[in-house]
Amino acid sequence: MAGEPATSTPRASGAAPAIEVHDLVVRYGALTAVDGLSFNADHGEVLSLLGPNGAGKTSTVESLEGYRKVAAGSVRVLGADPATDMRRLAPDIGVMLQQGGVYPSMTPAEALRLFASYYSSPNEPTALLERMGLGAASGTPWKRLSGGEQRLLSLALAVVGRPKVAFLDEPTAGVDPDARTEVRALVRELASSGTCVLLASHDLEEVEAVADRVLIIDRGRKVAEGAPGQISDAPEEIRFTTSPGIDKPALALAFGGTVAESTPGRYRLTGEVTPARVADLATWLAERDVLVLELRAGGESLRETFARLVNRRQT
Amino acid sequence: MKPLWAQFQAETRMSMRRGESLLVTLGIPLLLLVFFGTLDLLPTGGREPLDFLVPSILALAVISTAMVNLAISTGFERQYGVLKRLGTTPLGRPRLMAAKTAVVALIEVVQVVTLTFVGLLLGWRPDGNVALALVAVLLGTSAFAGLGLLMAGTLRAEATLAVANGSYIVLLLVGGIAVPIESLPAGLGAVAALTPSAGLAGVLVAVMGGEAAPIGHWVVLAIWAIAGPVAAVRWFRWE
Repeated sequence: MAGEPATSTPRASGAAPAIEVHDLVVRYGALTAVDGLSFNADHGEVLSLLGPNGAGKTSTVESLEGYRKVAAGSVRVLGADPATDMRRLAPDIGVMLQQGGVYPSMTPAEALRLFASYYSSPNEPTALLERMGLGAASGTPWKRLSGGEQRLLSLALAVVGRPKVAFLDEPTAGVDPDARTEVRALVRELASSGTCVLLASHDLEEVEAVADRVLIIDRGRKVAEGAPGQISDAPEEIRFTTSPGIDKPALALAFGGTVAESTPGRYRLTGEVTPARVADLATWLAERDVLVLELRAGGESLRETFARLVNRRQT
Repeated sequence: MKPLWAQFQAETRMSMRRGESLLVTLGIPLLLLVFFGTLDLLPTGGREPLDFLVPSILALAVISTAMVNLAISTGFERQYGVLKRLGTTPLGRPRLMAAKTAVVALIEVVQVVTLTFVGLLLGWRPDGNVALALVAVLLGTSAFAGLGLLMAGTLRAEATLAVANGSYIVLLLVGGIAVPIESLPAGLGAVAALTPSAGLAGVLVAVMGGEAAPIGHWVVLAIWAIAGPVAAVRWFRWE
């Protein structure tokens, strides 16, 4: 299974990263899709590429998969140039395309057996099929599978060869909640076994759940990078939802900081976030007979950070 | 060897599942052979009808497998991202193409055996050079496979489907298959003589009838056998 040890191990100090991107530029005619992007990813790490449509995610990933011509800069996967050294690289990488990639009349069982035959020490196809929840659909042609089942099969095909580097594009798009949980577990197992996973996704909750590090790109450039919980440079705050009409100046006076009401009934109180301050706020509201419908303390969620950074650049 | 063998088996299975592919590769050539071999309707350039018909239908079989079937299947695999995906597996593109070539060869063997058997049942008595016929089939396969891959690698899948089937009909009617090029109007015949089908059918009809094939047919066939694959290698796009 994916959790069994891969031959590579997490990066030791001084070891080369699994993925190296240096000043990458990708152009399509006059359009610059990727504009001087640099980042690394280590063995055993899940790095997620985030960005709005057209940000350059797919161009970046496809450069690493050897599909795109690099206009300037360099990309290396396991030390090799994927555009010129795919023969050496192919046994060690697993690729999940955004769509397609399977013969339409081929069944999941046939596809997995075929792909397993390409590798010297593959995962057992039937077990992988069962794990992906595709056992019942194992004899159904790919073209008759649901969108979610097609995604799960593509994921299984990407990992059947026990890759050292896995490129996963939207692995849970259209996948049901149970299978989504299994996919997340599989991705974490891959990383635990030393595989570097480059995950492209629009599902920010998924990224928050599985990624060790997030790279947000927009218009071909990096706009933020870091662990999902630490990527934001926004100040900490307490956000809460009540019925509208709170006395904001009084609240600000009582707790310091500023109080903003983003939409009626949704308030943000800036300043230090401590258990005592949260408790005091709840007491202050209770004394005024205000029912708190929702309360959240701390920094921004990844979704909020993403929206703020991308919107800031687009305005 | 294991990936190549597995790929060959998979490609063969996929071909067998395409009903329309079986119709084009085996059904139509057999139907034409039996129909025109039973009813003496076609001009045959002064030869015994079956002496022209069977080699011409063998040429048609090569066109249907190496060009039409290969073009359509590869075109749709390209559209579905199969070629792109397989390019990043240890199978690699050279072995993928080798597997496809082997499947073309396998289908052609089945076609030749079947059509020859039916031809013999209809009364065909070949008197020719099998080795030269084999060389012609190989050259024809190279030419038409090159053209098929050129279509598949440059056009959308739907356009490939239309162009491949359209070319099949055109070559059948005016490419020296159904009607000898010498029976066509002079201008049309001159153009038709330059087609790879005319080269292949012309050589096969001659060598299987115990005659020396006109050098012009060999030259045309050889040029297409080189130009087709060269063009495919030059312009084929994997996605």
